[in-house]
Amino acid sequence: MSDTHDTHGDCGCDGGDETKPPAAADGGSEIPAGAATDGGAVTESSAGAGGEFEPVDVFEGSEMDLRPGADSCYKCTSCDTSCPVAEVDDSFPGPKFQGPEQWRLKRKEDTEVDDSITGCSNCMRCDGACPSDVPLSQMHNTARAEYVENQQPKLSREYIRNRILANYGTLAGLGSKVPRLTNAIMGNSLVQKVNEKVLGITAERDFPEFADQTFRSWWKARGGPKVESEEKRIAYFHGDYANYNTVEVAKALVRVYEAFGYEILVPDQRCSGTPMFANGMLDDARRSAAVNVENLGDAIEQGYDVVASCTSCSMALRQEYPELFDFEGTETVAANTYDALEYLLINENVIDPLSEVDGDDHDIPDFAYHAPCHSRNQGLDRQAVELFRHLDGVDVEDVGDSCSGISGTYGWKEEKYEYSMEIGEEMFDHMEHADGQTGMTECPTCSMQMEHGTGYEIDHPLQVLENALVDTDVEI
Amino acid sequence: MAIESDVVVVGGGLAGATAALSAAREGAHVHLISANESTLRQASGLIDALGYPDPDADGGSTARGLLADPFAGVDDLPENHPYRVAGADALREGLALFDDAAGDLYRGGHTDRNALVATTAGRAKPTARYPRSMAPGVVSDERPMLLVGFEADTEYDAPLAAERLEAAGVPFDVAGATIAFPGDHRADAAVTRLAHALERDERVAGGHGGTAGEGRTTRQRLADRIRPHLGDAERVGLPAMLGDARIEEVRADLSERLDAAVFEVPTGPPSLPGIRLSDRLFDALDEAGVSMTTGTPVVDFASTGGAGGDRIDRVVIDRNGARIPYSAEQYVLATGGLVGKGLDSTRERATEAVFGCHVPQPDDRTDWSGEGAFADHAFARFGVDPDGTMRPLGTDGEPEYENLRAAGGVVGGADVAREKSASGVSLATGLVAGRTAAEET
Repeated sequence: MSDTHDTHGDCGCDGGDETKPPAAADGGSEIPAGAATDGGAVTESSAGAGGEFEPVDVFEGSEMDLRPGADSCYKCTSCDTSCPVAEVDDSFPGPKFQGPEQWRLKRKEDTEVDDSITGCSNCMRCDGACPSDVPLSQMHNTARAEYVENQQPKLSREYIRNRILANYGTLAGLGSKVPRLTNAIMGNSLVQKVNEKVLGITAERDFPEFADQTFRSWWKARGGPKVESEEKRIAYFHGDYANYNTVEVAKALVRVYEAFGYEILVPDQRCSGTPMFANGMLDDARRSAAVNVENLGDAIEQGYDVVASCTSCSMALRQEYPELFDFEGTETVAANTYDALEYLLINENVIDPLSEVDGDDHDIPDFAYHAPCHSRNQGLDRQAVELFRHLDGVDVEDVGDSCSGISGTYGWKEEKYEYSMEIGEEMFDHMEHADGQTGMTECPTCSMQMEHGTGYEIDHPLQVLENALVDTDVEI
Repeated sequence: MAIESDVVVVGGGLAGATAALSAAREGAHVHLISANESTLRQASGLIDALGYPDPDADGGSTARGLLADPFAGVDDLPENHPYRVAGADALREGLALFDDAAGDLYRGGHTDRNALVATTAGRAKPTARYPRSMAPGVVSDERPMLLVGFEADTEYDAPLAAERLEAAGVPFDVAGATIAFPGDHRADAAVTRLAHALERDERVAGGHGGTAGEGRTTRQRLADRIRPHLGDAERVGLPAMLGDARIEEVRADLSERLDAAVFEVPTGPPSLPGIRLSDRLFDALDEAGVSMTTGTPVVDFASTGGAGGDRIDRVVIDRNGARIPYSAEQYVLATGGLVGKGLDSTRERATEAVFGCHVPQPDDRTDWSGEGAFADHAFARFGVDPDGTMRPLGTDGEPEYENLRAAGGVVGGADVAREKSASGVSLATGLVAGRTAAEET
């Protein structure tokens, strides 16, 4: 006899087994998981794929009602304490203001969004800190989009700069057509100075180098998947950065997953939207997300699970899409998307083969590991450290729970650069005190910041797995 | 495929951390699953054990029922109190485990007796352990005291707190003063911002809000502003925001500048001492080899019936919509009480939120609460009803599940807010639940 009990009827999460009318909770309305903020009617109920479809137009065509979220806040200010920006920036009032308080102020007619909203780095740590499940980052994203839409002059340097940073993938697509030339130009200190003066992009940072060959062209040249499987199939969401810049991370994913017998699909995709959310470019994000949801949704229908190697990408697909958009299949994509390491640990025995390997025999160094905020928010901050405990001869030290400070595009902005480095100080300090002289993290921009602050080379956990399991003769 | 371990602990507060640590020390591989960041981050940082075993003894309003030795009061508690259920040594062993994990961060382990620590409300709170940074503030110390609050801090009125302590008859002179925190900070600056400024000893803009002759750094200027109020005081209490990892450096520097022992006064949430404690305990868990997943609520479980009774097979966590199974031989439930959301309540019933364990309660809802805010309320004692190894019992008096134990606020039978026993209950029940779970793996 076996039975299951659903104990989560009131969280709005996709329980996948029951249709619950959105207003059924006692004492007030609540947010259905499929709700939209972008003016559209709700097209999905909180029922999962198997549930009965029951359209409920809760908000009557108006924007999403975040009141229940605002009302859940009891002002404990735990979010403010978790905020890396509020710790260093005296002009930033913190997530409690940006979320529930700003939301209430906005209810008044003629009240504009306070421009301090642009101080938020979108690390989303406040979400995890809240003991009352207030959807803080969702409130920030909507307020920021409203600010950019209605209050930020479209010809301002800030808007243009942010638009460029947010649409990195578009530029990278152009630049990587002539990678060496682009690298030479972007690495030119005069160009960097001009970027800073004209655009407000800091000259302190070196622009990331483009790979000679993008991941997608490598994938095509190799003839696509080398392994076929009916049961074990993943659709790889590589995002822009692993495609144009850190191609070796994407290749490591392919080699590791194929070693475990997975058939890999590399669907057409756009930017996950993370830098767009962070800069309030919600229309850009919506366009990207529509493509991603459609293509990934198709893959899921064909039996693939979606796997991302960047924790901000998986965060966007899993959390921000359902919070901000209502495309058909958004919930399905969210429920079937995983971080690459997470998915492997759920589905495969990684520990036993890893325990067979001695890292010293294969020149695998010790590491100073930093957990990106967006992995922390998914409860993935411990997985690398805990996994590599099983790899003999390799010490992986967690360098603490602070934010790296770069937060995607935040640390690239001239006016935020100093804050970014001040936030990162704790991490740099811990890295320097760790035994490992090589860094490790899942996030491409955390990786930039780690390298920028310490000069260390930075690996992705998938690259370490590749070294330990694929480059050795251990039996998987 | 499920993620496997010997013991799964659900809940990352003090009880869950204690259960996980105690199970790991017995050799079990433990997975600690927490729905949110640890509630320790909202806790004052004080570790109470038992202050008022019978809060109604004298009407519940004065300090006369105050217990000097928490261990001396355990036998007078009702039979279903967690201290009685977990056994006489559980509290002592739980505190020992805590002392070992907290190390140099904490004081109070030298004696069985309660310490009294002055709070921002001007009360003397009985507590078994207290952060090292609060040590010079204990009420048994007779040195004259100055309490200092900050202008922008609406939660702490230091002169009022000083008056209340005097009125309570503390054995020393105490005065209060309110000053402006040095530097150009916003009125609602996060406590972490001010702590950060103190740790880095940030330079303060000259003249801007400062007075001629004041020092140039945050600490110098803070000392300069406190000094005129010092009088005969030999110790100075500031709200608990003097730093994060480098708090002892900040305290030592300020103490030297003022020639007085500077200490922290525990505050409400958010609480830096709570955050420091949380960080320390999670370091200890890491060292003990415990695996941890935070921000992932348990949303479902599966169980199997059998000759020996029902068993939990697996729990399912929700990770942003993805449902991931965790399986273990033994499970510990440490999700908290009504406030911590380990218990749910509707207008009809209070229920245990994850496994639906039996929660004894009056049938008539009007009997849930008594008259008056601070009365003896039945709801305050709501929680599961465990056996001696902390297994929640069903309505039939048999364990709900053979392999499920409970610890902390989800366990019924204690009115921890009035007894001042919340931390001790978590330590005692967490220790027993974790250890007995590990013994069966």
